[in-house]
Amino acid sequence: MFDFLDSGQYDLLGAFWVTAQLALYSAIGSLIWGTALAAMRVSPVPLMRTFGTTYVNLVRNTPLTVVIVACSFGLDQTLGITLGADSSEDIGFRLAILGLVAYTGTFVCEALRSGINTVPTGQAEAGRALGLSFTQVLTLVVLPQAFRAAVTPLANVLIALTKNTTVAAAIGAAEAALLMKDMIENEADALFVVFALFAFGFMVLTLPTGLFLGWAAKRLAVKR
Amino acid sequence: MKLRKISAAASAAVVLALTATACGSGSDSGSNGDKINIGIKFDQPGMGLKTPDGTYTGFDVDVARYVAKELGYPEDKINWKQAPSAERENMIKNGDVKYIVGTYSITEKRLKEVDFAGPYFVAHQDLLVRADDNSITKVEDLNSKKLCSVAGSTSAQNVRDKLAPKADLRQLGGYSECLTGLENKSVDALTTDATILAGYAAQKEHQGKFKLAGLSLSDEKYGIGLKKGDADLKGKINKALEKMISDGTWDKLVKQHFGPSGYKNDPAPKIAG
Repeated sequence: MFDFLDSGQYDLLGAFWVTAQLALYSAIGSLIWGTALAAMRVSPVPLMRTFGTTYVNLVRNTPLTVVIVACSFGLDQTLGITLGADSSEDIGFRLAILGLVAYTGTFVCEALRSGINTVPTGQAEAGRALGLSFTQVLTLVVLPQAFRAAVTPLANVLIALTKNTTVAAAIGAAEAALLMKDMIENEADALFVVFALFAFGFMVLTLPTGLFLGWAAKRLAVKR
Repeated sequence: MKLRKISAAASAAVVLALTATACGSGSDSGSNGDKINIGIKFDQPGMGLKTPDGTYTGFDVDVARYVAKELGYPEDKINWKQAPSAERENMIKNGDVKYIVGTYSITEKRLKEVDFAGPYFVAHQDLLVRADDNSITKVEDLNSKKLCSVAGSTSAQNVRDKLAPKADLRQLGGYSECLTGLENKSVDALTTDATILAGYAAQKEHQGKFKLAGLSLSDEKYGIGLKKGDADLKGKINKALEKMISDGTWDKLVKQHFGPSGYKNDPAPKIAG
């Protein structure tokens, strides 16, 4: 049943390794970008608030495929922006990370904002009363607690992100979904095995993430 | 707050509209009534294409029409169904379609799951290049080129694994996306079966911009996929195909669909029977 895997024709682990890398880099990128967006959305500067709100609502409601394909179409093929990569596979990989960060950042932002809402307003007011600036209140008082409260929603975002990396196959990043397309084309007699194999592969990636972060969420939660 | 009410009303309207159209487009399933379900591609100009006004054109479509007519189903008794590559075997096995005519290459793995009538056409993998580009004349030229093909397709795998492992291969979601890159010079050539390339080159908006490089990189025998073990249907379809070739319809259709691109096709294949 799995004999097509022994032919040496497919690099299954390699493909899932690219998926894991995509997920990891995008996760780091979107955590940074999402935090920046959240900071903008709670900042006292109206212009930044407007930008944050508009960006989040615009990108969050655009299908991911459109975002990713737009990166390939608009940036690479039309404007020639390749993010310093030479080969097509690298271009696809980097542009996919860009698209995933732009998209997932909005969800990180909203998860963080929900975390910020768990911090009693009195704390921010107390900080201001002590003479702390907005940045100080945010980074020293509010965000550390917000992150601890937002672990569970952030874990959801991370799991969704891991699965969303499959969309990167649309612009030629050599990850798991692309290999699956190869297999579907060649192994017409084992389609369900192929699907099951990839479903299993993604569970191997996401289940431990979910379990670990669920445990971490309990440990880190601020007891009030 | 007024805005919120308006947006709620608007979204409700959208949802209603969507459900209404979903109800309207219901179709009758089962191929055993007085209608016949035929699987084709909806997105390949020259082979099988659904036009914006809801009609279907292409070589595969005309072959399917001819065969259906020979089986006793005129045009108005045909239900066209989209048969994406990944779903073809299952559509046949589940009986969703009687047969599939959709750039369906006969391969050993597929023969384990379905039977094929034909082949009705032999296509070769080729390259589509910009009309003013003469730098590709043989396979070895490809190694220094930027190629584009559809992710996961046989053509893409051929280039990557056998023909030109050193070539920079871009794998995208569809051929039209590759064409944009070809036009903007971010890739040098689009590779897949010559039939499909010819279809794109012959499209009105692309005429004169692209040409086929004329390399025969592989042989793809297109067959008509049908349920495994249905020898009766296979025999009937093969007879229809033979008639189509002998009465000159085959030549006429080839000329009609691939002629404008200057594509030189192989002579009609021998039906295996």
